[in-house]
Amino acid sequence: MSEPLSAAMRQQMLQRMIEIREIEGRIQELFLENVIRGTTHLCDGQEAVSVGMAAVVDAAHGDTVTCTYRGHGHALALGLTMRSMVAEMMGKVSGCCKGKGGSMHLTDMPNGLIGTFAVVGAGLPVTNGAALTAQTKGTGALALGIFGDGTPNIGAWHEAVNLAAVWKLPSIFLCENNLYGEYSPYADTAPVENVADRACAYGIPGVIVDGQDAEAVYAAVKTAADRARAGDGPTLIEAKTYRYRGHSRTDPAAYRPEGELDAWLQRDPINILAARMIADGQITQAAVDGLKAQAATDAQAAIDWALAQPHPPLDAVHEDIWV
Amino acid sequence: MATITYREAVVRALAEEMDRDSDVIFFGEDVGKAGGVFKVTPGLYERFGPARVRDTPISENAIVGAGVGAAVTGLRPVIELMFADFAAVTLDQIVNQAAKMRYMSGGQIKVPLTIRAAQGGGAGFASQHSQCCETWFMHAPGLKVVVPSNPADVLGLLKSAIRDDNPVVFLEHKVQYTEKGEVPDHTEHVVPLGVANIVRRGDAVTIVATQRMIGVAQQAADELSGEGITCEIIDPRTLVPLDMATIIRSVQKTGHLVTVEEAVHAGGWGSEVATRVTDEAIWSLEGPVVRVTLGAGIIPFSEPLEHHLIPHKARVIAAVKRTLAV
Repeated sequence: MSEPLSAAMRQQMLQRMIEIREIEGRIQELFLENVIRGTTHLCDGQEAVSVGMAAVVDAAHGDTVTCTYRGHGHALALGLTMRSMVAEMMGKVSGCCKGKGGSMHLTDMPNGLIGTFAVVGAGLPVTNGAALTAQTKGTGALALGIFGDGTPNIGAWHEAVNLAAVWKLPSIFLCENNLYGEYSPYADTAPVENVADRACAYGIPGVIVDGQDAEAVYAAVKTAADRARAGDGPTLIEAKTYRYRGHSRTDPAAYRPEGELDAWLQRDPINILAARMIADGQITQAAVDGLKAQAATDAQAAIDWALAQPHPPLDAVHEDIWV
Repeated sequence: MATITYREAVVRALAEEMDRDSDVIFFGEDVGKAGGVFKVTPGLYERFGPARVRDTPISENAIVGAGVGAAVTGLRPVIELMFADFAAVTLDQIVNQAAKMRYMSGGQIKVPLTIRAAQGGGAGFASQHSQCCETWFMHAPGLKVVVPSNPADVLGLLKSAIRDDNPVVFLEHKVQYTEKGEVPDHTEHVVPLGVANIVRRGDAVTIVATQRMIGVAQQAADELSGEGITCEIIDPRTLVPLDMATIIRSVQKTGHLVTVEEAVHAGGWGSEVATRVTDEAIWSLEGPVVRVTLGAGIIPFSEPLEHHLIPHKARVIAAVKRTLAV
């Protein structure tokens, strides 16, 4: 365990995790009610990775992030508003991508989010490109790519990690190992026990971190960020975490062994940080409950706002293809 | 005016644009120290240094992805895929990412990326290193597609491609690398994307052709002129955007259209030209639109077979006579 973070940082992380948990639950309801169409990939249980990562990323300094279609938590942690995100998922013109992207394609450049890439592995080569810009221009910025435990089985992952290592790019490869690649258990599709074990093939550090502990995630990403900014190249971080729900809207996750979810619920990232803050006298249980109530109010307000927004005009269908 | 080769026009365009704009960088497999496997880019590494001219691993996904990410974040990268056929290895990055990122982001992002690759047959490289791949990219809105046919156009179109804020696929015909042509001496020879070139004036038939097929069409036109048939040859120069106005004006004059493509018949760019002409100018047509293509062929290794498959003079002449019913 590294040095504890300040009370203010902890408070912000806790609040944001609670907000992510709340809105993800509401999004699931909206999908089931057909208010939101298509599909969705929720991140309940993985919130600590989102907030630990985002606390390191400095978009004003030029840092950028790519992540996966399970990206609502990352986007919110980086600073996308609930309103903008929910409106996007409803295909409204007020969404962050004017309703063109939806749940799987969130982009929020002011907060450094290049995209929530929906093709497995596709974001990592792009992360390197952002890192290349930083390296070429000498900005000191970093580029962070988030991916799941299924991604190291696709070629683009290897090509990206290799190139970043060869060019010593300021890239950080952050894996959310939630034990399942879609419906398949990690162990059925990967020959090594840990995703981080693959780092040795590229001569870069491979770090395993408790993905339920936001402060531990922050510390690991911060170390990788310092290394990247110093010109020492990329780091592979594996955050061990768990997806409380199935892969997507239609997956009840019946393949999980009995008791597995319950065991992980005992290590809930929100409870871990809240308990630590209560023990350190930084917050009371009543205040935690207050944060949850406020998040529910905020989520409802965002949903009501998004529902009231118009769809894009039909003429917009061909807009924004070309510069 | 100076006379330079098609190959020299590529490196000149790159050098001029890298001089002009420090955001232009260039990378690909063996493009730096070795000067490119087709010897197209010698001297750039020595002149602009290892930060701006980089050799990459053999990793097409990583190359294109790095180009996309660099373009999105403020550089103006030019990348080389060596053989255009290798785009198949990284079609996700080109078609799903580069082409669509601006749209999917609601216009937040622009991708000023130029993807260079050498395409085309006739050199004995067989099936996987000889294809003309332009239609792969025409089917992904968001990508511009450039097919230069001579040194001046290589120079002027590549400069335009690099300056364009959209992703551009720039396809060079590898057999044309040694062809020579005149180019202006100044450093601002910029040919806009989307403006066709009328290569030869004529009244009897409009022939639309690209790259190496321009030469084949010229040979056919020379022979046909002896029979009193004058051909108008149009080089669209870019397939996206496609200058249909110039083609339609010509067809309205000649009443006949032949397309000559070094590519597969089904879904070729000639199909697009033909249907646009029938849609917008059918009453000007006085005969069938005839397309000269590879048919459903695959480029073979054997030299007689390869030369038989790729459109040649006799097939263009036959096509012209068919539409004219002579």
